[in-house]
Amino acid sequence: MKDAFINRKYFIITIVVLASVVLLLRLFTIQVVQDKYRLSADNNVLRYVTQYPARGLIYDRKGNLVVYNQAAYDLMVIPAQTGEMDTATFCDDLGITRENFVEKMKAAKNYSQRAPSVFLKQISAEMYARFQEKMFLFPGFYVQPRTLRKYSRPIAAHLLGYVSEVDESIIKKEPYYKPGDYIGKLGIEEAYETELRGKRGVKIYLVDAYSRVKGSYAGGNMDTMAVQGADIISSIDLDLQEYGERLMQKKTGSIVAIEPKTGEILALVSSPDYDPGLLVGRVRSENFARLMADTVSEPLFNRAFMASYPPGSTFKPINGLIGLQEKVIVPSTEFGCDHGYLFVACHSHRSPLNLADAIMISCNSYFCQTYRKILENPNYGSVSEAYEKWRSYLLEFGFSRKLGTEFSNELPGLIPPASYFDKIYNNRLKALNIISMAIGQGEILTTPLQMANMVSAIANRGYYYIPHIVKSIGKDNRIDQAYTVRNKISIDSVNFEEIIKGMEGVVNGGEGATARGAAIKDIIVCGKTGTAQNPHGKDHSVFIAFAPKDDPKIAIAVYVENAGFGSTYAAPVASLMIEKYLKGEISNKYMEKRMLELNLVDQSTEDETQH
Amino acid sequence: MKRSINIWNGIDKITILIFLLMVIMGWFNIYAAVYNEDHKEILDLSQRYGKQFVWILATLVIAVFVVIIDSRFYFFFAWIVYAVVMLLLVSVLVLGREINGARSWFEFGPFSFQPSEFAKFGTALALASFLTNHRQELTKLRVIVIATGIILFPAMLTALQPDLGSTIVFFSFFIVLFREGMSPYIFISGLLMLILFFLTLLINNLYLEISLVIIAFLLAWFTTRKWKTCIAGLGIFILVGGALYLINHYVFKSLGNELILLITLVLAGLIYSYPIYTRKAISVLFIYLFLFGSILYINSVDFAFNHLLKPHQKDRVEIMLGIKSDPHGTGYNVNQSLISIGSGGFSGKGFLQGTQTKYKFVPAQSTDFIFCTVGEEWGFLGSLAVVGLYLFLLLRLIFLAERQRSAFSRIYGYGVISILLTHFIINIGMTTGLVPVIGIPLPFFSYGGSSLWGFTILLFVFLRLDAGRMEYLV
Repeated sequence: MKDAFINRKYFIITIVVLASVVLLLRLFTIQVVQDKYRLSADNNVLRYVTQYPARGLIYDRKGNLVVYNQAAYDLMVIPAQTGEMDTATFCDDLGITRENFVEKMKAAKNYSQRAPSVFLKQISAEMYARFQEKMFLFPGFYVQPRTLRKYSRPIAAHLLGYVSEVDESIIKKEPYYKPGDYIGKLGIEEAYETELRGKRGVKIYLVDAYSRVKGSYAGGNMDTMAVQGADIISSIDLDLQEYGERLMQKKTGSIVAIEPKTGEILALVSSPDYDPGLLVGRVRSENFARLMADTVSEPLFNRAFMASYPPGSTFKPINGLIGLQEKVIVPSTEFGCDHGYLFVACHSHRSPLNLADAIMISCNSYFCQTYRKILENPNYGSVSEAYEKWRSYLLEFGFSRKLGTEFSNELPGLIPPASYFDKIYNNRLKALNIISMAIGQGEILTTPLQMANMVSAIANRGYYYIPHIVKSIGKDNRIDQAYTVRNKISIDSVNFEEIIKGMEGVVNGGEGATARGAAIKDIIVCGKTGTAQNPHGKDHSVFIAFAPKDDPKIAIAVYVENAGFGSTYAAPVASLMIEKYLKGEISNKYMEKRMLELNLVDQSTEDETQH
Repeated sequence: MKRSINIWNGIDKITILIFLLMVIMGWFNIYAAVYNEDHKEILDLSQRYGKQFVWILATLVIAVFVVIIDSRFYFFFAWIVYAVVMLLLVSVLVLGREINGARSWFEFGPFSFQPSEFAKFGTALALASFLTNHRQELTKLRVIVIATGIILFPAMLTALQPDLGSTIVFFSFFIVLFREGMSPYIFISGLLMLILFFLTLLINNLYLEISLVIIAFLLAWFTTRKWKTCIAGLGIFILVGGALYLINHYVFKSLGNELILLITLVLAGLIYSYPIYTRKAISVLFIYLFLFGSILYINSVDFAFNHLLKPHQKDRVEIMLGIKSDPHGTGYNVNQSLISIGSGGFSGKGFLQGTQTKYKFVPAQSTDFIFCTVGEEWGFLGSLAVVGLYLFLLLRLIFLAERQRSAFSRIYGYGVISILLTHFIINIGMTTGLVPVIGIPLPFFSYGGSSLWGFTILLFVFLRLDAGRMEYLV
């Protein structure tokens, strides 16, 4: 049993001894030789002060500042470092009661003895200044600077979103966030959170037993700088937005205005709305609860893309387009109207009409018959198949799906697939079963955003850019690739021209034109009125438009709820918005005054918005 | 009766003494580490120090049992223990409770149990049993493969939990293989791979590879003494490389420099193969293969580091190497640990007086970072004492292992030594910033039932085998 390898034990012994020596040398170095890790003889303690970055600013398309930051101060406490102190003076200075103090200390201790927690949020700058002088009297307490949002004008709340503190669920999902961090919710604040939030830094201080800062630890070598958030230039025209919100005061509804050539959203109004300044800082939770509880006006609800309605007559241009493209009609095709068509009624007007006139006068019969021809097109084996083809055009326009804007809570609207009808009608779908869809009623649901996008596509004669609220991000002017893609619609441009002729007539045409009140001097506005039926109350007034007819600069959709005919309220509002944007000045002051003062909210009682 | 007296006479009191010293020191340090003013009593069962006392009592009972059992029991049941422990390692992956992204623990109500601590014991037994029958045969491929398998099987299972620390501990069993005759070249290769690993992360790959090429040629000259041939070889390499580089520069423009180097190496190799074959230059062949292998290795390290490691693991390595500094995030533990230990100075701040400890700045201070308390409160003297104790224990164990007449006992003994050595180096290395943060406990010191019992059983089985060393086993 000779052991041939017995000498190897020496090698192993060497490893053991060597390892111990190395460790001891290292220990000797850091414990005895180097001062780097040693805190001074005063038994100083380290304090990690987070450097919160300033959140990125938000500008409008013209460079006006929309959202910026104001300084705020959080009072922090580390329970393990607190000691004897004059609680009475403390409470006095901060304006809290003694019970409050005890409660808060308990909460802090419960959270952690050693880690800092927020004792009092956002104390005022004056309080901070006064407190600074007395800090040495209150060991364990210190002040942490923060920033809060401030709004240059009390508008665009839905668009901008707000900023709140992170909660547990967010921290679990996104490891970057630590308790006390802020995160954007809704609107631009949420959509561009990663760019706006910047990067946290840390400064490490040596602090003595009296909570006095003695200096930077390790000469500041271990500190990291906070990186400010990237600024965002949004596509909004702040003046236009403000004007839109004023026009929609005391009314329920929404306005969406888009620049057709780029898809940039110029204004997004949802009424009733609220002052974004309400959701800032200490008062945020309270105000938020209050706004949530207001079930009558529902101010937090963004009607521009979270409310879907049947589009009504504003849907006719699209059916006209599809009819032309599918070659079931030509511009000169005429249909008669006998106060309607079969069981679909229509207002009285001259008859028959060609396509352009039918749009101008908004004849239901014309479009019912056009739609019937689309569905009964012999090129398709069944009405179901033709319907699917019709639906596919609508999907190209952005209906019945999310458009892909930055808003996470965009609704897709609904245009049911053929299978839905096949089930109801036992696979024997007939055109007359769904004829009401010809005039935008029935099972169709669209959002104002989708309608604005549609009219933008019409303005461009056949393509659109996905609507977005941000023009560029940060210093290098970045923007998401998706918004630079031209989405083409498989309908020939010439067909668009015919429809546009009709829409021009709506505003600038002769007798029977449904929105002559929307005409603007020297600008050719093209539009379409709509009256969305509302089973719960008065109908909604809808108007879509773009201007100028050649080289369009603005495409707009206006919804005024419970307001009756489209021409009455939605059209004037749209016209005012267009004129304000293109000219800056309003010529028809009387109409403006009337619209600004119109109060529809106090009239309606049990009316409901369709969600 | 005679038997038990014999055991008592034969058992190594020195080791037991060191063991007791460590356990008690550990206990006091845990008290300091998690000291809670509301629960000052050291025996308070709601606090960790109270619990550790219970674990210590249990450990003493376990130790007595281990020693009473006949040493042949361990020999005969080695494989059964191994099988049971492997089964536990497999089931913890399914039945274990997930903590911090890893399934390493079983939980039964208030009790938790970590199988990997006992798996180390089982592997030491099994390895010892296998090698007893195959000593002097560790040069045979079949034997090497099986021995490696015994080690790698639990290592893989542990890596699946995932528990990086324990996985590394299993690799320390290669020390046992070395002692029992495995070729040292494997170790040298292993060491070289480790060095190359770190160099890859620290230095630009291209410079590293070019340096390796130069070293390879120097080695070739060294072994063959034919400097003319070597220069010629180098010349060919430069020519081929230069040509490729120019072609790429003017024609393809798409290949990276590293790829050019690799292709040059392959082409040059083809050219070399003829003279190597005709002159039967085996050493040159080896050098070439080694060079080629190294370059491939460098690339795979790069790939694995960038694509296979989780971001927090990458961070830890980079922080250890000094590439990255993140005192508030990933570097927090190490930074705090260094501050604690560093601020202990020569003689420490005194019992219960450590500010870093008191204010709970160091996370995991009663478990993986227990050494911080020693460093801060007892200073360099304390560190010296603890390191000294471990050094003494390990040397004593080597001495005991070498005096065994039975191979099984000796081999098992080295298993114990490897495990303890690895824990010792990694744990203290980690707290002093020499090793990336890999969570493993400091044996006998760190808080925890499973860890304490695992190490106690590991150690005391060896003491029992040693006590009976005059009885002949196989």
